[in-house]
Amino acid sequence: MATETPPPSNTQAQLPSTEEFVTVQESAEFGELRRSHRSFAFPLTIGFIAWYLLYVLLSNYADDFMGTQVVGNINVALVLGLAQFLTTFLIAWWYSRHAAAKLDPKAEAIKTRMEGGA
Amino acid sequence: MSPAQHTLLAAGEASQHRPLIITLFAVFVAATLVITVWAGRQTKDAADFYAGGRQFTGFQNGLAVSGDYMSAASFLGIAGAIALFGYDGFLYSIGFLVAWLVALLLVAEPLRNSGRYTMGDVLAYRMRQRPVRTAAGTSTIVVSIFYLLAQMAGAGVLVSLLLGITSDGGKIGIVALVGVLMIVYVTIGGMKGTTWVQMVKAVLLIAGALLLTFLVLLKFHFNVSDLLGSAADNSGKGAAFLEPGLKYGATGTTKLDFISLGIALVLGTAGLPHILIRFYTVPTAKAARKSVIWAIGLIGAFYLMTLALGFGAAALIKPDEIIASNKAGNTAAPLLALHLGGVDSNWGAILLATISAVAFATILAVVAGLTLASSSSFAHDIYANVIRKGQATEKQEIGAARWATVGIGAVSIVLGALARDLNVAGLVALAFAVAASANLPTILYSLFWKRFTTSGALWSIYGGLVTAVGLVLFSPVVSGKPTSMFPDVDFHWFPLENPGIISIPVGFLLGILGTYLSKEEPDAGKYAELEVRSLTGTGAH
Repeated sequence: MATETPPPSNTQAQLPSTEEFVTVQESAEFGELRRSHRSFAFPLTIGFIAWYLLYVLLSNYADDFMGTQVVGNINVALVLGLAQFLTTFLIAWWYSRHAAAKLDPKAEAIKTRMEGGA
Repeated sequence: MSPAQHTLLAAGEASQHRPLIITLFAVFVAATLVITVWAGRQTKDAADFYAGGRQFTGFQNGLAVSGDYMSAASFLGIAGAIALFGYDGFLYSIGFLVAWLVALLLVAEPLRNSGRYTMGDVLAYRMRQRPVRTAAGTSTIVVSIFYLLAQMAGAGVLVSLLLGITSDGGKIGIVALVGVLMIVYVTIGGMKGTTWVQMVKAVLLIAGALLLTFLVLLKFHFNVSDLLGSAADNSGKGAAFLEPGLKYGATGTTKLDFISLGIALVLGTAGLPHILIRFYTVPTAKAARKSVIWAIGLIGAFYLMTLALGFGAAALIKPDEIIASNKAGNTAAPLLALHLGGVDSNWGAILLATISAVAFATILAVVAGLTLASSSSFAHDIYANVIRKGQATEKQEIGAARWATVGIGAVSIVLGALARDLNVAGLVALAFAVAASANLPTILYSLFWKRFTTSGALWSIYGGLVTAVGLVLFSPVVSGKPTSMFPDVDFHWFPLENPGIISIPVGFLLGILGTYLSKEEPDAGKYAELEVRSLTGTGAH
């Protein structure tokens, strides 16, 4: 079976001590990693849930608007539904780019140092 | 000829081709059993049994995640709901898909980095082990059994159409057969076998849906507007069929029910244990991310195809015929296959048999995943860490998982037989509501809220669980309506079918209350470990 990275061995090195974890947690470098993750993921989560709920509420309480014909038998409801698909695909793509550029290098650096120095 | 007679004829036509259908089923079952035995031989330690050796690639796992997620509810339930209620059926697939973003942005990678085998590993990480693992194990098993019920109901329904078995005894027999097969897959093949079965199934399901979508579009010369127009005309409901409201727009209560369903769907996925444990089968958090991205692409594409299937069924089959075949519309997709091939032709029968075999494969792969999730949690969280207090050997733990599989299989056979006439998409929505109420709050608080404590976790898990299951028990799903599980009695007082709108906020709120009302101090050192590990992958198994 092909693997993307060598599988981690089941008998791994000792985990760093709790004190080391606390030190890293309080470090500026880790703070930055946490901020990069949270400042991206949290607002975006609130955003897409709000957009989804808006869609649910429109479906419920805006019949006339949702029934408006756009092209042929395709109405606003269907277009908005498909737009939910589109935004989902876009957000997934956007996050994977953000993670590769902003999160992975920082995470990797901390991990390597902690495991190497343990 | 009345529509009912027509269906009987169609079913009769199908049962003339019973040997073909049974052969296709048997081929799939035989192939999966070979995979299972092969995987079983490679299953040596706990990491193999629970996590498939953690050697799958992001793409492989993405395929398996899709296979685990696109259940009978997606294929039979959503297509059926669209065929009967038009646009309102589509709403399910949107919630099911958007929900993946919660898993992608907040849950999949931290979970992969800090856990080993179960959801309970992460929930209990910074807490007192025994009480939190007991709670996590309980909610894992409850959510999985709700979900199993839906799949079992789908299996019974499907086969009654296919083999012309209309007797209750026959349907129950099929439910039992599915139960026995899933026990075999999981006890012998563990996670490795289950993963391969799910990958094979995902490929078959997507191929089957592609074929039907192509045939539907071909019939309408690739003019989507014509397809929608014919669906609206043939449904007898006109333009309303293409607008929201046919299923949920009747009264203020049904509208509220729809909001409740919507919230449950979007927040449920990231709390489903059988989905979460799939992220342990890849070596790194990056591969877990890649799995989710693949899953979003595959599942999204599949749901777009269910639109064509549902509206295609509505356009080509009289609604009475769909209802006569199954009250809840669960057989719309196989019926569509029959009509696309030609009701009185061999092609119709072959297509019907093929699509039904795909649906059968779908059900088997999902039930295997669910059974594995619940038996893993029983063995790893409850048996090894609570009952044996961490003293059990790996061999004993896996032994316990195998026995738990048999027990859970037996329970779901009995419940599945009871639930055989409910719409499977509706049943799955209940599992989502329970997962979002009992599991998601604790997962998020554990990972991101420093102050969170053991009491908070217990209040949230048990409070969310009891509220969600309690409200379902006293809802029209269980009693008081012709479509209820027990239509002849009425003890319902909660008006909504989906409890999410109440139980999810309750789950989140109780986590906060439990944390602040107890005198317990959070374990700062353990949180440092969890937070650093979850974001960096330090010391990941």
